[in-house]
Amino acid sequence: MSARDEVLRRVRAARPAVPVAVPREYLAVDGAEDLVALLVDRLLDYKATVRRCNPDELAGTVAELLSGASTVVAPSGAPEGWLSGYQGRVLRDGEPQQLAVADLDAPGVAVLTGCAVAVARTGTLILDAGPDQGRRALSLVPDHHVCVVHSGQVAGGVPEALARLADPTQPLTLISGPSATSDIELNRVEGVHGPRRLDVVVVVG
Amino acid sequence: MKVALFVTCVNDLVFPGTGRAVVQVLERLGHTVEFPVEQGCCGQMHANSGYREEALPLVANFVKTFDGYDAVVGPSGSCVAMVRDWYPKLVPDATEVVARTYELSELLVDVLGVTDVGATFPHRVTYHPTCHGLRLLHLGDRPRRLLESVRDLELLDLPGAEECCGFGGTFSVKNAGVSGAMLADKCRSIVDTGAEYVAAVDNSCLAHIGGGLSRTSGPAKAIHYAEILAATS
Amino acid sequence: MSGGNIVARRPFPAAAREELGDAQLRANLRKATHTIRDKRLRVVGEVPDWEALRQSGAAIKDDVLSRLPELLEEFEATATAAGATVHWARDAAEACAVVTQLVRDTGATEVVKVKSMATQEIGLNEALEAAGIDAVETDLAELIVQLADDTPSHILVPAIHYNRSQIREIFTRNGLSALTDDPPALAEAARRHLRAKFLSARVGISGANFAVAESGALVVVESEGNGRMCLTLPETLISVVGIEKILPTFRDLEVFLQLLPRSSTGERMNPYTSLWTGVTPGDGPQTVHIVLVDNGRTETLADDVGRQALRCIRCSACLNVCPVYERVGGHAYGSVYPGPIGAILSPQMSGEGANRTLPYASTLCGACYDACPVQINIPEVLVHLRQTGPHPVAERAAMRALSWAMRDRRRYTAALRAARRGAAPVRWVAGRRGTVRHLPWPLSRWTSTRDAPLPAKQTFREWWATERGQA
Repeated sequence: MSARDEVLRRVRAARPAVPVAVPREYLAVDGAEDLVALLVDRLLDYKATVRRCNPDELAGTVAELLSGASTVVAPSGAPEGWLSGYQGRVLRDGEPQQLAVADLDAPGVAVLTGCAVAVARTGTLILDAGPDQGRRALSLVPDHHVCVVHSGQVAGGVPEALARLADPTQPLTLISGPSATSDIELNRVEGVHGPRRLDVVVVVG
Repeated sequence: MKVALFVTCVNDLVFPGTGRAVVQVLERLGHTVEFPVEQGCCGQMHANSGYREEALPLVANFVKTFDGYDAVVGPSGSCVAMVRDWYPKLVPDATEVVARTYELSELLVDVLGVTDVGATFPHRVTYHPTCHGLRLLHLGDRPRRLLESVRDLELLDLPGAEECCGFGGTFSVKNAGVSGAMLADKCRSIVDTGAEYVAAVDNSCLAHIGGGLSRTSGPAKAIHYAEILAATS
Repeated sequence: MSGGNIVARRPFPAAAREELGDAQLRANLRKATHTIRDKRLRVVGEVPDWEALRQSGAAIKDDVLSRLPELLEEFEATATAAGATVHWARDAAEACAVVTQLVRDTGATEVVKVKSMATQEIGLNEALEAAGIDAVETDLAELIVQLADDTPSHILVPAIHYNRSQIREIFTRNGLSALTDDPPALAEAARRHLRAKFLSARVGISGANFAVAESGALVVVESEGNGRMCLTLPETLISVVGIEKILPTFRDLEVFLQLLPRSSTGERMNPYTSLWTGVTPGDGPQTVHIVLVDNGRTETLADDVGRQALRCIRCSACLNVCPVYERVGGHAYGSVYPGPIGAILSPQMSGEGANRTLPYASTLCGACYDACPVQINIPEVLVHLRQTGPHPVAERAAMRALSWAMRDRRRYTAALRAARRGAAPVRWVAGRRGTVRHLPWPLSRWTSTRDAPLPAKQTFREWWATERGQA
């Protein structure tokens, strides 16, 4: 008997035959009133940098946050306008080919992406590889990640946020603050392998 | 109200003063206490140690003995928890007697609606919520409220109160080293409060705690809270 | 039917005794477990629907267990359709053989690993090493443990038994230089050490926190980004997944992504969670393997009471609140699954070795059950497993005798009287204190750490008979 058939045979023999009803009494919708304020509070708690701005100020805010970066990597679908104030070198991933990991890992490289949805209650940005986010390596290898969130993308709790994703079979990355570890005496240290600096620009209006 | 006292085997043999205290408190409040002499052990030690078969006759004896009373009161969080948690799984027809079996503070506060039982105890006391009283019976602040109403009693907060004392029935001998380490921490917390007494709802935990305290240099002694509630001077 | 690193070699009491002697270990554990306990209480306390989430979490897992064959087949079909290759393994040895062959097929001699309980359980690193393949642990704590040539002592924080200065010493011994023993400096040293390995790795190996049947997606929940590195940069990804990790739908994650981070690290959300579904062209590994492992899970599933242990999402909240774990640490449990959950999981997955002593490694205080995000009634399962022993001959005889005596009024009254009388000479020795400091074996196990109380001069029922003229 193959391992597959043997394991399935065992599971069939062992499982309880009674059907189980799953209650879902938890909150489907988070009751928070000011979602943007909540998101900002949670992000700051993770030691992310947060800027609120209106659409007109976006390019200036992004440029300011990227002032220390000599090169900015951007997914091919990131709007031109986001980078119109930035003076340094811009590398578009996939134009024409994918950037090498070494390019992403070079000193002074930052990455600019959007996100699919944000979770106010937990301070989480969800990237679903959409055109303004690109492949997963982009928001991972550079040491500095600037992420643009529009206020309309902010959901209250986790259930609402997951329900908003258009295609959950796309590679998904949930980001809650800069990379961190609690492995030493359970003290949280921000900054390990992922970007050590996470800047979030929340565009309101 | 006609209340049956379920004294528990440990109290019967080692801590009869706790049983006498329960009788005093309830009679002072004007209730009739009966002691059904057919009672034995609730079976907790057997059930928790992996001797379910040996526990069953004891469980059956309890159900038969206490059938028909308005209320059954036991001055032990873990024995009452045994009845409430285990009996329905062991003897399905026990639901009636299970529903009417109370730990002393439940009987006083919930059934009889009393927190001031007319006691006086001029001492510094700290309270250790035992695990089964806390997490199985959910006694909450009932015992504390009873103690707070005792005249001249100074109730001191116990840091880390909800941490287990390390008794755990046969755990105390099967894993005596770990049990002792937990006990040492508990005793240190108690001694540090400066209390003269540590009170709890269970004499088995208190025997363990008291046995540890008597090896410390401090004045703290273990006492069942029923004995405080019975005290009048 | 099972194997790997889940079998304790020494009885728990013996192993615990040794760990108890290490004062530094106890201090480290106390600090760490209390830190995380407080964090967890804070973030759980701010969730108004926490109990409802726990109920749903438990029910979803129970539903999975009752439909496991169908859900496994569904997962296999969807993952395969998404471009993954699904393998099955009956036990640890078979799982290791499958993974080793898959790595060999790539020609790689080094793999980067995401922290994974399943691969620790099956002893994958040892198997790969035997095949000449270097397995590099990339989680900071796992790296510390690997460099120290030690084994993890906690599910979530494997190096919880080391403090910062001990970690720096381990790093220095292995050529990783950290300027100070500050946690940020130590994290920076690990970052530099692992960076080159991530960027050059051809094969990544992971576990999975969840596997979604309806889509074939796998989920890894992590903090440092080492997981993302391993899941994203290599050409080939091999994920080892216990068969109980299945969730029916993507929507079910809305429950577990709330329960898991708050229960494990005490955070509102962990820094990174990755989901991938088979192969995505142009994004991440283009060869994806999934190895579904039984290794004793079906034995556990067959037990009506014990199967609830399979709800476990490896958050380790039960370890952090356990007073026994806090005193002895994870090594005393002799399995990759330590603490309360280990005490019910290890003996069910494998009845070998000293695993049968584990159900007794608890005071039944119940703190674990209160903390468990999927409501595993650990004390209930501990007591259930104690039914099968081991029951020492003398203990069994005593329990039987007590049961016989205490079920009958006459015998019981006589036994109480005999105990009271038997204690009389001891009481004389005990004197005013009223307690006994030294008793002969086996009662010496009590008096080794505390004084023993004595039977009273008059039993309660004797008092009652005298006072009330009955009995």
